[in-house]
Amino acid sequence: MIDWFLTLWNSLPDWLQIGVWNLLKIIVVVLPLMICVAYLTYAERKIIGYMQVRIGPNRVGPRGWLQPIADALKLMMKEIVLPTRSDRFLFLLAPVLSLGPALAAWAVIPFTDKLVIANIDAGLLYVLALTSVGVYGIIVAGWASNSKYAFLGAMRSAAQIVAYEIAMGFALVGVLMVAGSLNLVQIVQHQAGGLHQWFMWPLFPLFIVYFISGVAETNRAPFDVAEGESEIIGFHVEYSGMAFAVFFLAEYANMILIAALTSIMFLGGWYSPIGAYLPTALLDIPVIGWLLGDGVHWLLIKISIVLFFFLWLRATYPRYRYDQIMRLGWKVLIPVTLIWVVVIGMVKFFTPFGFIMS
Amino acid sequence: MAKAIRHFFKTFLLLEMIQGLAVTGRHLFAPKITVQYPEQKTPKSPRFRGLHALRRYANGEERCIACKLCEVVCPALAITIDVAEREDGSRRTTRYEIDLFKCIYCGFCEEVCPVDSIVETDLHEYHFEARGENIMTKEKLLSIGDRYEARIAVAKAADAPYR
Repeated sequence: MIDWFLTLWNSLPDWLQIGVWNLLKIIVVVLPLMICVAYLTYAERKIIGYMQVRIGPNRVGPRGWLQPIADALKLMMKEIVLPTRSDRFLFLLAPVLSLGPALAAWAVIPFTDKLVIANIDAGLLYVLALTSVGVYGIIVAGWASNSKYAFLGAMRSAAQIVAYEIAMGFALVGVLMVAGSLNLVQIVQHQAGGLHQWFMWPLFPLFIVYFISGVAETNRAPFDVAEGESEIIGFHVEYSGMAFAVFFLAEYANMILIAALTSIMFLGGWYSPIGAYLPTALLDIPVIGWLLGDGVHWLLIKISIVLFFFLWLRATYPRYRYDQIMRLGWKVLIPVTLIWVVVIGMVKFFTPFGFIMS
Repeated sequence: MAKAIRHFFKTFLLLEMIQGLAVTGRHLFAPKITVQYPEQKTPKSPRFRGLHALRRYANGEERCIACKLCEVVCPALAITIDVAEREDGSRRTTRYEIDLFKCIYCGFCEEVCPVDSIVETDLHEYHFEARGENIMTKEKLLSIGDRYEARIAVAKAADAPYR
């Protein structure tokens, strides 16, 4: 049986082999990601519920574990209402445009130094480019809905995302300067050697700015004027059923992406925070050594912690007013990043620390 | 100047933001106060005003003497009463209906009743499945009274000292 498969495999042309192999890799990344998205909504409702001294969903399945599946089923059953005189093609394309980049960016995320779909040298640029493309989904959604409210909401969200993208980009410029590489694998490898080597220490202001911009980029509370269900309406008012669910998926997939990028850029990616300080004898013990040493599990733990912060922020802060969002983005975060980029440049150029960094 | 510097550090060190996070972080581990409703229930006052009932005396005679005080006092005009003389010469209702869609559960009918006939029980878990079920007829009200007489009597007795 295996022989038969091998001969079949070898008889395929090269381009088909590469295509099938890449398709398999994509499925292996995207499928768990979608399950994570579903259970992130559950985790969000549970954690926010606990912070509000209540229990959260606990009726569907044991302890509410089937709640996301019930939600997904409900959204799939619902009718997709197409507004009259909307642009049907763009209306249905918009959710795909916002989900696509959120998934495509995972191509360059290194899970370990070997486990990465595409280890390209311009990984950081690719990530920046794709997170920028996400804004088209929002603009197209607002435009195609043929609704003033959706259009104004889209303009608002687009302005917010563009504003915070600049701060985000500059924060990544800092990472780039310290690591001296655009390759995400090399950026992580630069942070090898334990907790104190992580970029979050020399780049602490940029780390905070990046995280705040990430929250704003993904339209999460306290920057969620795009959604703003309680007092203001956003670009997806006209969407219902699965079309809305895809926007929802995109938001949560983006959250996980930002969390992964934060872990990779600032929190040492797959490196263990303590592994480097432990004696090598301890790391050779079969299971404990694997747990304490570097590996995918550390990246997953770091992503989970960053995601917990996303939810924690949502449970804590009231929504920003629109002009306050703009003020924070343009007049606070961008100057902070600019100043810190200059500081890093000076440190690298004029002090002996520069040699340590590069 | 000093104020400006203090403001600068206060905002850029995100002190108040961290205080806010600490509050929600503490509550994450606080004991939860949710009552799991169908399994757990909160205590109810004996004065609770829920579904209506018409009561009977111990000998099975209905209490209502068709004085129509409840119909008069009802602010929502939810009660409709028709009166006729029974064969034995006593004054009785031929129709006693409460429209539960009109009723505002104020309890005036219960307060005004001279014979403690119309009462509001502590039942609050009821529903209608078809049109017209919201009209509580005399038979329905009497049957509720028959079924829950024990509970009604306990609630009445508990509240009696304060009346």
